[in-house]
Amino acid sequence: MIIVFLEHKAGQIKKLSLEALEMAHQLASTEGISYKAMVIGNEVLSPNPGNYGAKELIRIATNEKLSSDQIASVCFNVVQSLQPKYFIAGLSTLMKGIGGQIAIKTQSSLISGVSAFRRDSGKSIFKKSVFSGKAFAELSPISDKTVLTVMANCFNSTIKSEELATENTMTFGIPSAKIQSIETRLIQGKTPLTEAAVVVSAGRGLKDPSNWGMIEELADLLGATTACSRPVADVGWRPHHEHVGQTGIAIRPNVYIAIGISGAIQHLAGVNNSRKILVINKDPEAPFFKAADYGVCGDLFEVVPKLNQAIKKLKN
Amino acid sequence: MKILVCISKTPDTTSKISFDSSGKKFIEEGIQYILNPYDEWYALVRAIELKEQLGGEVHAIHVGSGSSDMVIRKALAIGADIAFRIDAEPIDSQFTSTQIAAFAKDKSYDLILLGKETIDYNGSEVGSMLAAMLDMTYLSYANKLELDGQKATAHLEVEGGVEVVETNLPCVISAAKGMAEQRIPNMKGIMDAKKKPLEVLSPVPYTPTVEYIQFILPPSKTQVEMIAADDIDRLVSILKDDLKLF
Repeated sequence: MIIVFLEHKAGQIKKLSLEALEMAHQLASTEGISYKAMVIGNEVLSPNPGNYGAKELIRIATNEKLSSDQIASVCFNVVQSLQPKYFIAGLSTLMKGIGGQIAIKTQSSLISGVSAFRRDSGKSIFKKSVFSGKAFAELSPISDKTVLTVMANCFNSTIKSEELATENTMTFGIPSAKIQSIETRLIQGKTPLTEAAVVVSAGRGLKDPSNWGMIEELADLLGATTACSRPVADVGWRPHHEHVGQTGIAIRPNVYIAIGISGAIQHLAGVNNSRKILVINKDPEAPFFKAADYGVCGDLFEVVPKLNQAIKKLKN
Repeated sequence: MKILVCISKTPDTTSKISFDSSGKKFIEEGIQYILNPYDEWYALVRAIELKEQLGGEVHAIHVGSGSSDMVIRKALAIGADIAFRIDAEPIDSQFTSTQIAAFAKDKSYDLILLGKETIDYNGSEVGSMLAAMLDMTYLSYANKLELDGQKATAHLEVEGGVEVVETNLPCVISAAKGMAEQRIPNMKGIMDAKKKPLEVLSPVPYTPTVEYIQFILPPSKTQVEMIAADDIDRLVSILKDDLKLF
């Protein structure tokens, strides 16, 4: 049996959790086993996990917002009492923190950041990105239980049924929190970079921070989140939380549009898992063209405004 | 304040990655190894800053063979007081965590710091496993860390922003960009590092829980499709019809 851990925000299930549910669905049908979802909290979930294939939802009822150490304890208890073959969750910030803890405390194997799996000689083999996107590793668990965390944008969740999941409540004594949350400062309005399906990113080629309007406009037109290269964040043209690359945030959108970024290897390390890459750069020798699917060699100050105009015209 | 910093060595970012024909073994020939940047720039430097501020000791621990001594000396040159090397090539992240946990369990460290990930395996697994093995609290992806008595306050990178949290020492914390500024070792540091102790210890027994089947290189990108700079129609059609962005 598989347990899928669902993360939600005020009842809204995170996209990454639905992708984890999709992976569980595929793995369950490949191995001929069943899967159930679990959630912490009392909120009514949207969408209903039943629509995405989970016939049963285990609810750990609580009105409190739990800290990561408390969530780890709940997951530990669920795994200990139900003994699932796989415990699957999205590779979120939360899971980066507690995935290893759950694995160690439940004597499970851990494979984190799974992007695909295959079956070979009666074994499930899981694939993940290593060497900052320059290679993949295939791993197989040895323990009888395994914690799997799923990389974003790798499994397409689809609606499978109109049925709602049957809910069953489980109760555990939750230990008092060891970590106190003081405040959370969120950047308003945009999909976080790690979850964004489309990212429009710009670099030094923009020449001045006042030129970012056209980048933001393109991002708005495409429903994308904006990002930037390291030099631009370092000089303060753009906020640090927008920096993608080796030392910044590693992303994996469906489409990455890089404008005025040369494509230094440190930048590529954070973005080369993007499914499709479009590069706009005036330097024909820019290394980014070698990593791109589509390239425009031209002056961004001409190409981008014209592109924005054309998209606007079509959308109207 | 007694701080342990876990340091790893990784191929330099610019390294060309390749594997032998079985796909099981990483080819080390021609690879330049460096101290993992997250361990060095952020975890180690912040540990040294905290020692400068509060007094105490900074210990560095590494799991690896004798070929790692160069990167360990660098950690000493930057300012760690003493280094320990568990003499074994890491097999997987749980191996590394097991070795460090066995070393640290009776040493009463106030704080264990490590980078948020290594730039080779990118697993972000060791800190989380280590904390569980030592039964310590774990804060991951901290880009700011302050200590006040027995209390640690950290800014953690979360989806779409930052969460400020507090916890009591001892704890394990993984460091992200911003926690400290990179320090370049000076000549005195490099000379001193030669005299600082580097103790070599034997590994504890370990049974693997995952099997590496093989490594695969990504398929090389098919030729990039170049679009003329004045062919906005084609560009729009790519965004609209091929990539379905609107």
